Amino acid sequence: MSTLSREETEALIAEVLEVYPEKARKDRAKHLAVNDQSIEQSKKCITANRKTLPGVMTVRGCAYAGSKGVVWGPIKDMIHVSHGPIGCGQYSRAGRRNYYVGTTGVDTFGTMNFTSDFQEKDIVFGGDKKLAKLLAEIETLFPLSKGSSVQSECPIGLIGDDIESVAKKASAATGKPIVPVRCEGFRGVSQSLGHHIANDTIRDWVMGKRDGQPFAATPYDVAIIGDYNIGGDAWASRILLEEMGLRVVAQWSGDGTLAEMMNTPKVKLNLLHCYRSMNYISRHMEEKYGIPWMEYNFFGPTKIIESLRRIAGFFDDSIKEKCEAVIARYQPMMDAIIGKYRPRLQGKKVMLYVGGLRPRHIIGAYEDLGMEVVGAGYEFGHNDDYDRSIKEMGNATLIYDDANGFELEQFVKRIKPDMVGSGIKEKYIFQKMGIPFRQMHSWDYSGPYHGYDGFAIFARDMDIALSSPVWSKFVPPWKKSVPEATQEPQEAA
Amino acid sequence: MANIMIRQADSGGLVFYLPKRDLEASIESIEFDSTAKWGGELKLDNGGAYYIDPIAKPPRLPISLRARRLGAAED
Repeated sequence: MSTLSREETEALIAEVLEVYPEKARKDRAKHLAVNDQSIEQSKKCITANRKTLPGVMTVRGCAYAGSKGVVWGPIKDMIHVSHGPIGCGQYSRAGRRNYYVGTTGVDTFGTMNFTSDFQEKDIVFGGDKKLAKLLAEIETLFPLSKGSSVQSECPIGLIGDDIESVAKKASAATGKPIVPVRCEGFRGVSQSLGHHIANDTIRDWVMGKRDGQPFAATPYDVAIIGDYNIGGDAWASRILLEEMGLRVVAQWSGDGTLAEMMNTPKVKLNLLHCYRSMNYISRHMEEKYGIPWMEYNFFGPTKIIESLRRIAGFFDDSIKEKCEAVIARYQPMMDAIIGKYRPRLQGKKVMLYVGGLRPRHIIGAYEDLGMEVVGAGYEFGHNDDYDRSIKEMGNATLIYDDANGFELEQFVKRIKPDMVGSGIKEKYIFQKMGIPFRQMHSWDYSGPYHGYDGFAIFARDMDIALSSPVWSKFVPPWKKSVPEATQEPQEAA
Repeated sequence: MANIMIRQADSGGLVFYLPKRDLEASIESIEFDSTAKWGGELKLDNGGAYYIDPIAKPPRLPISLRARRLGAAED
């Protein structure tokens, strides 16, 4: 059930497309669609993962953002060098709130920015010497680092530096893995290629380094893949798995370490949360080591229960029993939360525009609170993401791929959702339009939202955003309707 | 020629995956499907068709192979 019918939604898309010149209109039309649950393949209704139209304000990132910011960055005991000009690293430093445990600057380096700070002469004469010097300095200054990665920024690819050879030499000198990552920002159409490149470098430079070494394995070893511990998400997920009797060997990559990654081939099951950014390495491990992987969803009790039971299905009866015990233990807590917040949030409409997995994963959590998702879209999703989303979303809801500022604004004006969930670039536009907003990338400085504990915080945050008294103050006093204006003198008296 | 990966789907069928383009599609038909000879032309549910040289049936999936596209590129 959505407020707009299929025809109205189609008319809305046509109306939004009207402002574009003909060629642009034709291109953008392929990226906007009305959901039809009967379709098996998303490519019949939407095109995804295509180059953004020049001239429109996209919110996509670059390959460097996908590699350094998402996949490699959270690995806490490695030093990730932003190789190139200083800005890319500095402006993205610690912005993703990947929490970790450790002493920053001594044995962990998550929130620090390491950069080769390219100058004009490095562009002209090449930056390889600078990189070699920098890697030696890292070894002197931070001897407890377990390794490094060299995250290329655009100029490295343009001037043709050979970071691989520098990395190999430095690695031989220090005895630590140094991973050159060719994630120059100009590669690909969005951060999605950066995820792929980062996964491939992990495959080539990290995986298999401990093959054949002794490892005290148990039959219940699992790895959490694609959980970046934003606001503590991975911890909230991990405790549920541990309560079920599973042993979490590795966290990829939130609060993760290099050793954990190297030990991952020893696990029995890979649990994949962010499909978009880490399906590559899961597929590789399935082929090379025969480790099955499954996608799970820890947003909202309905999906958590579903996922926990599916995870338990891979193991013996003792795990299945404990799984049911975990579900039973948290059920009263969930009932209390839903009992408290559902009456306040029932029937509210939400529009989502996020990154890789959340537009589809989070729908269940909203539905548990009685809210309805009336529009969803991915910044950089591929068609396999949309394939997975179509069934999750209601019929005739709006889907948008790589939407730009103008389109989102028009959609919100017409659909009039009670709330928008997106990122920092959209936040202030919609708040100024008087619409409650939550950042669904970084959880708006809150979190975790995964797991049972996370759902409690999620429900509270949605209620805070929607019920804030500020939204009733949006009409200035001189524009208020007449009856209220006549009351004012009485109040003054 | 492109590197592809064929894996077993949860539902029982085969899934075709082309890493270069992040293309995932289920395989509707496979030309040869016996223990001694496995492969040949793969018809995908998205309308595409690929050809892999017939090999002995792999003991374990997923498997990475080289494939040739038949016909025009699909989306």
